[in-house]
Amino acid sequence: MVQQLPALLIIVPLLTALVVAMASWISPRLCLPLTFSGLALSLAASIGVLMEVIAHGPVTYTMGGWNAPMGIVYVIDYLSSPILVVITSVAILNLISARKSVEESFPGKTGAFYSLYILFTTGMIGIVATGDAFNLYVLLEIAALTGYSLIGLGNDRAPLASLNYLFIGTIGASFYLLGVGYLYIATGTLNMADLARFMPQMADNSMVLFAFIICMTGLFIKMALFPMHGWLPNAYSFSSTAATGVIAPLTTKVMIYAMIRVGLYVFTPAYIFNTLHMSKAIVWVAIAAIVMGSLLALAQKSLLKMLTYIIVAEVGYMVGGFFLGNRMGITGATLHIINDAAMTLCLFMAAGAISYKLKDDSFASMKGLFRKMPVTMIGFGAGALAVIGIPPTCGFFSKWYLITGGMEAGQYGFVAALLFSSLVNAVLFFRIFEIAHFEPFADPHDHHHHGHSETVNEAPLSMVVPLLVVAAALIVLGIYSGDIVTKIIQSAIPAGIV
Amino acid sequence: MDIIYSAKPLIAILVSLFVIPILISSRSDNTREAWTFVAAILKFIIIASMAPLVLKGAQIQFTLFEVMPHLAIKLKVDSFGLLFALVSSPLWIITSVYSIGYMRTLKEHSQTRYYCYFAMSLSATIGVAFSANLLTLYLFYEMLSFATYPLVTHHQDQEARSSGRKYLLYILGSSIAFVLPAMLFIYIKTGTFEFVPQGFMAGHFTHGTLLVLLLMFVFGFAKAGIMPFHSWLPAAMVAPTPVSALLHAVAVVKVGVFCVARVITGVFGTKLLLSTDLNTVVCYIASFTIIAASLIALSQDGLKRRLAFSTIGQLSYIVLGVALLSPLAVTGGILHIAMHAFGKITLFFCAGAIFAASGIKNISDMVGIGKRMPITMTCFLIGSLSVIGLPPCGGFISKWYLVLGTLEAGKMFFLFVLLVSSLLNAAYFLPIVYRAFFCTDEESMFENTVNEVPTWCLVPLCITASISVILFFFPQPFLKLAHMTAQTLIGG
Repeated sequence: MVQQLPALLIIVPLLTALVVAMASWISPRLCLPLTFSGLALSLAASIGVLMEVIAHGPVTYTMGGWNAPMGIVYVIDYLSSPILVVITSVAILNLISARKSVEESFPGKTGAFYSLYILFTTGMIGIVATGDAFNLYVLLEIAALTGYSLIGLGNDRAPLASLNYLFIGTIGASFYLLGVGYLYIATGTLNMADLARFMPQMADNSMVLFAFIICMTGLFIKMALFPMHGWLPNAYSFSSTAATGVIAPLTTKVMIYAMIRVGLYVFTPAYIFNTLHMSKAIVWVAIAAIVMGSLLALAQKSLLKMLTYIIVAEVGYMVGGFFLGNRMGITGATLHIINDAAMTLCLFMAAGAISYKLKDDSFASMKGLFRKMPVTMIGFGAGALAVIGIPPTCGFFSKWYLITGGMEAGQYGFVAALLFSSLVNAVLFFRIFEIAHFEPFADPHDHHHHGHSETVNEAPLSMVVPLLVVAAALIVLGIYSGDIVTKIIQSAIPAGIV
Repeated sequence: MDIIYSAKPLIAILVSLFVIPILISSRSDNTREAWTFVAAILKFIIIASMAPLVLKGAQIQFTLFEVMPHLAIKLKVDSFGLLFALVSSPLWIITSVYSIGYMRTLKEHSQTRYYCYFAMSLSATIGVAFSANLLTLYLFYEMLSFATYPLVTHHQDQEARSSGRKYLLYILGSSIAFVLPAMLFIYIKTGTFEFVPQGFMAGHFTHGTLLVLLLMFVFGFAKAGIMPFHSWLPAAMVAPTPVSALLHAVAVVKVGVFCVARVITGVFGTKLLLSTDLNTVVCYIASFTIIAASLIALSQDGLKRRLAFSTIGQLSYIVLGVALLSPLAVTGGILHIAMHAFGKITLFFCAGAIFAASGIKNISDMVGIGKRMPITMTCFLIGSLSVIGLPPCGGFISKWYLVLGTLEAGKMFFLFVLLVSSLLNAAYFLPIVYRAFFCTDEESMFENTVNEVPTWCLVPLCITASISVILFFFPQPFLKLAHMTAQTLIGG
């Protein structure tokens, strides 16, 4: 059974997507329970695989019994197993939270929405699970195409934002594909483990160098690394919050995963950190991403836009952390994939609840929100503390590893950028807290009774409960980050890296 | 030294957090406040029950989670931490009594929120007192910043907003910008965070790096109010007076000096600082703050603002005492945490009582108020004497040790600083009392009838004033704890 889990991870949601699409012709009410059970099975499978990996080491699955390097293998190791759990949990939590707004925003189209939703999740799971460089591209496109359509379902401006995302996203994916093509020409294989075996003899091969540059550029575009982030803010803020709730936490993070996977297990650390002399330059790009993302976030006047620019800055954290090239930095980047997915989910779920109630996400509309939606604001507050990086929330610990890595590598620019971004995040969120806490200002003559006029008007339980679960998870992830690092992430990083 | 493993410190921290759901769900004001008392009294009992062991020289430890390899959230009760906890926890009980009187008299809004965050602040304060390593300390330090923000901005008006902004900017900004990187840098070089009597920094850093790191801590813990990172404290005075009294005269500000003292003694260590003479730099910084804050206090007309600047000066006494690193000075500095707490909280209670009874905030409007509120103003006098450091008040003892400590360290300049500052303290406190009692009937701004505040407010301030006097005659167990701390830290 355990040996089949990697296949189930993909096949179950893939088939569910089909079933959901067909069920929607019979009765739209069937869609949600079907989607939920499909995702629940994948979540169970991903937890099962994680346990197996922790207990007995990586699991390899050969699709259809065709052995590598000819057939496609799925390799679930220390790096991919925790990310799989993150993807399936994010998808299922957001599904519960999004139910109300899906029913409200897409009457008659719920079947299509859920079908795309689960297909998107399948793509994400596949990217993480696959051990084949070309298969990764295929799944990348599955996730991307469903992502474009999910985003396109948003408000009036969403189709254009989605089209823009489609153009840029396709360029990114094509770059990656081209890179894989060059690798294939140079080595004659597409299997990641096989590619890595060829790498030591290829150190001087200019085709490999070109493949590296073009692969990474493709991934950088897909993850919205500054200055290639232009598609992200509009796409994420004009789409429905039901869709962004799953796309925003996962897309960029899974692309970071792909970068780490391709970097460590295809091009190998020896090649990218020692042979090439690009890491320093990439860290500087990451620094620019962090600083500019933070500054652009400061310039926004609505909640969702602000959150999207925070994502741009966070991408810089992880890219920079990885290209520090030391164990601390890569640990931080990997841990931050998990933590940032949870933080982003928390914030977007809170934003979803807020805009579901207010039909607006501008800062100006958030007056008196602590009184109107106290529970939602608790969840939002937890997410905010995690993004600022306050212990014991998880955001503190990944930042810790990243800063430590920066100091060990002597990259003080990166350290300064992280601290700067923490301070800017504090300003960003406290600006919202101020509006929600202080405004509307009371009549000075009515000193003791102000604030009472607003009545509690909380989001529905189906939004609030998952939000609180994620908020609690932020603290649990923080407290157990020691275990996550020692039991999982340390084994995910090749022994050669110190 | 005996080490006892027990969950008591954790329970002492959590007891006030556990009460928060009950506070929120209480249906009447009376049940809510009854539960606040239950939490406050339980907290005090648990903390006090640890005192006998610690006084015998034992240490109580508890490890919670290993959040990073070899780095845990860990609690430890030693003499220094216990002294601080023994000062803050009984004052929470007294402040709760006072809060009831004050908040009800002024019919303040959102009282449930107020009591909840107050309970949370106390958890964080005791957490700082019982932290066994720098990471745990930082965790509770930040928790305190966030828990006190809604209290500072309680009135939710424009003034509260700008003050709250300043409060967080200084406190959160400095801790993220200075303390966090300094911590990380130390961790990378030494691989440990555990507070140990002689510190763990020796041999890892150059002289210049040590100085930079030391300054990052001294200024980064902005709650200690060392200039130029002090101006959040006068701004925080917009909070309701019980908040200013317990948090901004005792808990929050002393968490700041406590952190500075812990880092100086437990991270850097006496030998290292004395051999490099870096402690003198801190002494000069603290001395500047002492004198400058006292001079500014002279010019303040708002009573709470004057008290705030006085607090800034007095906090630096503690920093100065610890930074002098002679056994007597350290004893005096640490003892001053307790002595100043009881004196200053009395003064704040009085300021609040005057405001609640008459709506007056400015000193210039208080001429003749002694005739209307004789008990309050008598307690004000006692509080002032204690803060100035005159017998028969507890403040005298701590200042006495500080003065002896400067002589012991052979640094006459700081003796001079202490004496000048005492004169300045007298100059900004005594005229208030003098004008309150001694004025002609024409000058008096009040009718000659006694009209005191409600008992709920009056009793607490009488209690703290009496304790200030009692501490002069019976300074135990604080003096013993301060001695023990100085002994373990300095070995003198």
